Amino acid sequence: MNNSAVNIENLGFTYPGQSTELFSGLNLTIPAGSRFGLFGPNGAGKTTLMNLMTGLLSFEQGNILLAGNEMKKKDRSVNKLFGFVPQDLSFYQELTPVENLQFFGAWSGLTTHEIKQRTDELLQLLGLNDVRNKPVEKFSGGMKRRVNLAIGVIHQPGILFLDEPTVGVDVQTRHAIIHYLKELNKKGTTLIYTSHQLSEAEDLCDTIALIDEGKIIVHDDLNHLLAAYGQNGLEGLFLNLTGKHYRD
Amino acid sequence: MFKLRATILKDLRVLLRDKIGLALMFGMPVLLVLVITKIQNSTFELVNKNKVALLLANRDTGKISMEMIAAIDKIGMFKLVEVPRGQADQQLIDRMHAKDALLALILPKDFSSRISARAKKITAKALNSFGLEANDTSTAKTTNTDPVTLYYHPVLQEAFRRSVDGALHSALQMVESKQVLQQLYFSINEKQLPVAMENELLNNQSPITEIPVSRDGSRTVPNASQHNVPAWTIFAMFFVVLSLGSGIVREKTSGSFTRLKTLPTNYLLALLSKQLTYLFVTMVQAALIFSIGVWLFPYLNLPALNLPADLFGLFIVSLFCGWCAVSYAVCVGVFAETQEQANGFGAVSIVILAALGGLMVPAFAMPDSFQLIIKLSPLHWCLEAYYGLFLEGGTLQDVFASIIPLIVIAILIQLLTVWGLKRKKLI
Repeated sequence: MNNSAVNIENLGFTYPGQSTELFSGLNLTIPAGSRFGLFGPNGAGKTTLMNLMTGLLSFEQGNILLAGNEMKKKDRSVNKLFGFVPQDLSFYQELTPVENLQFFGAWSGLTTHEIKQRTDELLQLLGLNDVRNKPVEKFSGGMKRRVNLAIGVIHQPGILFLDEPTVGVDVQTRHAIIHYLKELNKKGTTLIYTSHQLSEAEDLCDTIALIDEGKIIVHDDLNHLLAAYGQNGLEGLFLNLTGKHYRD
Repeated sequence: MFKLRATILKDLRVLLRDKIGLALMFGMPVLLVLVITKIQNSTFELVNKNKVALLLANRDTGKISMEMIAAIDKIGMFKLVEVPRGQADQQLIDRMHAKDALLALILPKDFSSRISARAKKITAKALNSFGLEANDTSTAKTTNTDPVTLYYHPVLQEAFRRSVDGALHSALQMVESKQVLQQLYFSINEKQLPVAMENELLNNQSPITEIPVSRDGSRTVPNASQHNVPAWTIFAMFFVVLSLGSGIVREKTSGSFTRLKTLPTNYLLALLSKQLTYLFVTMVQAALIFSIGVWLFPYLNLPALNLPADLFGLFIVSLFCGWCAVSYAVCVGVFAETQEQANGFGAVSIVILAALGGLMVPAFAMPDSFQLIIKLSPLHWCLEAYYGLFLEGGTLQDVFASIIPLIVIAILIQLLTVWGLKRKKLI
């Protein structure tokens, strides 16, 4: 039984063509079943870290374990353990939600029956059932975000990476997405979330890490951190630890 | 297998909803084949069936000029438009600028006397060489210049102009020969050449039998459709680069590719699916264009396309042509960074490869220095294989020598694609 969803050990990473290492000896453990938020200013390295954890980038040094399984360059079997909801709308806009879910479900390793079952379930849960057979390109921004989320969770992953999952949506959609994510977490899915929406993050996350210039500044339970630094909210804590000057 | 099936289904759905892509892949090639075949057929008919307007200014009043006009008319290539005797050269030129005709022929006022004088001169020489004395040598030394002038519009291509030139020379030769013959006969026999003998000697040319060389022994004369439909079908197949190449770039640069990379399936499966989907597209293209050639062309006053006897051979050749076309498109898609690059490079490179492959100008007409480069174009081998079936009446076995290089080129393109995928860390 492994109690950590993600275990990063002594990670080293440098972007090709750059001399300065972005990460050097980085260590991070994300407990299984947590709602983990990764925050930091622009250019701090949070997207890069997310890309390393999802295998979009490969690292030269250290190790990343997902639910105890080592990420390897040429073995993609570990990829079935997690789901990913990228910031960009990552699906085929000319297809319907059902067609997108059929395709991504197959690529996630589901059977026809499982895909059908999960598709019906997700479209119902995310309020997309009425438009299930309409091309996504005609949807509103909020509906597209929900399709983006549905694809990421179709295979019921144990770990779900979320990169700004609610960017550009209205309050109703944001509320629905956050509510769904909490429900998902109650069923055991570890959420690894990054966003600039700090009020939303405060609502969703129970554990956070602040990253700046490739280093983890703090990593703890959110309430403990707020108490320790005498802050009322995440935004105050963020500014207190990373400063108020521009970063890009 | 389930993943592949799901991916093919996704690719087909994306393809079917891309109306512009479909129009490019099916509508444009069909239009291209129709237009090019119509034009080529018109050119063929212009030379072989239709008559070209020829303004004829006969400023001579003699009998020989009338014989010359009759000889030109007999060629059957020209629609003679006789102009009034007093019309100046400039007026003829103005009419040509107005596109009344592309050719104008002037028979000068001393045409008959010139031809007669030349005939007498040749007759005198001939009689002297026989040891006989000519009756009249007084005018035999007078003239040796060309008796006719031909104006032509610059839009006429050189090959056609040469054909006109040859036809007019043939008519002139006929008139001159007739005069020489009459003079000789009169000098020896002191009486006119009998009409029957004149016809026997001048109008009874030995025929030339033209037989197309074929492998199956058939003597079907290839028409414009046989030449054009296979050539432009290949062009259409390779033009899938616009849809497939840019589709791969679109996928690579869109968020969907980011997600695909995080899933437990190799991206090679996506490329395999695209190859199979578009291979099917190329086969449909070939079937559509061939069907149009066979069934629609006759309704458009175009010669019907005759399909080769070896239909299995036609299927196999089409399959390998399609595979090579799809391989090329995938390779362009993998290496291009933007859709503009894929479309621009893809389209221009296909036109260049088509030109090198002999789709626009026959390979045999290209300079020696091009002969090696021609062989590097996959379109050349596609065309060779199709022509082996369509024009030479060959079978699959006969065109195997063209399929082998096609397979080699396709494999090399595939290897280059895999290298590109690895280099760009896409697999």
